[in-house]
Amino acid sequence: MNWSDIISNALTAAVALNAAWFALAGIGLNVHFGYTGLLNFGQIGFAAIGAYGVGVSVTYFGWNIWIGMLVGILMAIVLALLLGLPTLRLRADYLAIVTIAAAEIIRLVARSVALRDFSGGSNGINGFSSQFYELSPFSASESYKVGPFFFSNGRLLFVTAVTWVLVILAVVMVWLLMRSPWGRVLRSIKEDEDAVRALGKSAYSYKLQSLILGGVLGGIAGMMFAIGTATVQPDNFQPPQTFFIWAAMIIGGVGKVWGPVVGSMIFWALLSLTENILRPMASGNYSVFGIFDFNTIMEGVQVGQIRFMLVGFGLLLLMVFRPQGLFGDKNEMALDDN
Amino acid sequence: MQRWPIAAKSSPSAVAGVLLAGVLSILILLAGPLAVGAQEVEPAQVTEDSPFIVFGSFNAVVDGAREPVEGVAVSVATEDGKVVGETTSDDAGQWEVGVPADGAYVVTVDDATLPDSLVLGAAAERTVELTNGRVRVGALFPIEAGTGPAGDTGDGNESSAASGDTGRSGVERFLQLLVEGIRFGLLLGMMAIGLSLIFGTTGLTNFAHAEMVTFGALAAFFFNVILGLHIIPAAILATISGALAGAALDWGLFRRLRNRGASLVSQLVITIGLSIFLRYLFLYIFRGDKRSYEQYAVQVGTKFGPVNLTQKDMWTIAICLLVLLAVGLLLQRTRTGRAMRAVSDNRDLASSSGINVQRVILQVWALGGGLAALSGVLFGLSESIAWDMGFKILLLIFAGVTLGGLGTAFGAAIGSLLIGILVMVSTIVIPAELKNVGALLVLILVLVVRPQGILGRSERIG
Repeated sequence: MNWSDIISNALTAAVALNAAWFALAGIGLNVHFGYTGLLNFGQIGFAAIGAYGVGVSVTYFGWNIWIGMLVGILMAIVLALLLGLPTLRLRADYLAIVTIAAAEIIRLVARSVALRDFSGGSNGINGFSSQFYELSPFSASESYKVGPFFFSNGRLLFVTAVTWVLVILAVVMVWLLMRSPWGRVLRSIKEDEDAVRALGKSAYSYKLQSLILGGVLGGIAGMMFAIGTATVQPDNFQPPQTFFIWAAMIIGGVGKVWGPVVGSMIFWALLSLTENILRPMASGNYSVFGIFDFNTIMEGVQVGQIRFMLVGFGLLLLMVFRPQGLFGDKNEMALDDN
Repeated sequence: MQRWPIAAKSSPSAVAGVLLAGVLSILILLAGPLAVGAQEVEPAQVTEDSPFIVFGSFNAVVDGAREPVEGVAVSVATEDGKVVGETTSDDAGQWEVGVPADGAYVVTVDDATLPDSLVLGAAAERTVELTNGRVRVGALFPIEAGTGPAGDTGDGNESSAASGDTGRSGVERFLQLLVEGIRFGLLLGMMAIGLSLIFGTTGLTNFAHAEMVTFGALAAFFFNVILGLHIIPAAILATISGALAGAALDWGLFRRLRNRGASLVSQLVITIGLSIFLRYLFLYIFRGDKRSYEQYAVQVGTKFGPVNLTQKDMWTIAICLLVLLAVGLLLQRTRTGRAMRAVSDNRDLASSSGINVQRVILQVWALGGGLAALSGVLFGLSESIAWDMGFKILLLIFAGVTLGGLGTAFGAAIGSLLIGILVMVSTIVIPAELKNVGALLVLILVLVVRPQGILGRSERIG
């Protein structure tokens, strides 16, 4: 094992596109859960609708990509209204079930054979992102090394940089909003919704606004993911992805502006670390004092599985022993709603 | 006789955990020689070492189950015909060819290497493009049975009896699907009762319930295929294991969390973590293939008027009805059942009238785990066994529970029955790949119109 390569890969993973769009989607989730207390288990549905908004606008309707991005944002707003209007008056876990169901509906409908010409069926949509990359100042055929970070080509560097700029804008926006009177109402809804109602504020309307804001951030995250991979694949938007975004947010700290950002970076760096440490072990060159060989318990294909077992178990341990995440405030997660 | 590798002397309460650990460790040891093949839900990522890859997989739908097709030859060439790579699909049906640079590539399948019973569902040649910074591109080729209708490409769990009957009249098709739906709905109902009772007594929405279903199916596979027991004792042992596992989860984890005053939301996230962990543990142990039990794997259907049913379908329906009746009697007629309903109604009141709430919750977890495991066995018997079989229908279980009314046992059973029927019968008018969408839409509509569900009390829940 070459530790400098492993560290360099982990650092690269921490700033790569995956970490960036996870951070953006996680900031949206943080607006929902961390500040307002809404249980959104369908954030990947917002990402999917944003991605399909762009993809379908460009490939099916032939519009340019900037209009497509607007369409994606509008679709995310519509989805938030559709989900929020009926369920935000109900108990919190109803929203959880409805959002996860809606995300699956979007994925199943988009990948259906009936809509193959529109949304590409199970192959998804390709070839919609060239307009975006025309703006790239970097060369598409060269690889770039920025400090310890490695980007295999200029397009990847460009889209990753743009996504991080969006992440920073979102962080600043959320930070300002949560200091405003509007944000204080959101936070008080999380603490005690009845008290907010008693003070004459419409908790319902504020919750809906929060759902829209976080949903739009999720939609933009999905768009950047789609543009970065130059494809919209329906099966990239499966329910477990939402849980991974949750895991990233919780690692960083719920209800902290920087929580989802730091959490996503740590989440992806850890995935890269475990991958790069386990993979050579699985290939069978490492043993403990010559007694125990790691390749007897895992082989190449199982490395990914072990990593996700670690993700699940890590999430479980984190919630049991440190529910506030690494940097969070204990009170944000420990509110007792019995 | 094989010696049971479990320490003989341990306190009774630890027995459940020890049993579970024993079963799992034996599974780990014995699953070694089984075939490889993983379908992972992995966040898309970029490989560093060989940047440009064309990949794909070959799957055929055989009797409703998706089967990987091994040994299909694929060649990848540049657009001007220069072959850059050739390979054959592995035993998971997957293949991957590294290509030197980005650009367009022509992927050709040698259809002579397909098994005789299968044909390609589309042209044997496809052009794929690696552009705009993409490093991986998929080339998918649908595969169909050589005779009969085209395979279903959607997610889901097809039933063998329902396929291949396009020539029949509408009424016959409806009746057939209705019976299929009743079978599926009864199975969902057994899974849903446990989920609903756990919700009722503790307020917890258990996302790991689907893994309890899978656990039952896998435990029966272990007893049946690896230890060589007949499926009937294997199913009974699996049910007991499921009940013990459910009790162990409550005793070892959730009771402690409740006592510490952990919020319901953090408990819910814990069930999500548990669900991810268990699912990938199952994949690690069981691998990605679909399998079936030793007995009753293939059965020829019997005609009852217009309805075609296999023996195992009939037994499944009968066992489900019997078990649901027994659970009903348990809840209505016995002290334990009354205590469960009392705790479900009002935990504090139940506690103050002398009911041992913690013990009742433990019993509810055991009951839920046992029912989930049994339904998993029956589900695996009529469809196939896979590492994510429970997770794939988790949302349908939620739909059934919500439709019936969260927290009510009978509501959950009736709601699930309706969802099962809806899922199956709706395929008359909508494509089979969208059948779960109908059920999920019903779930959302119910919450809009009657959030307390069919049997729930209309109380303020906002």
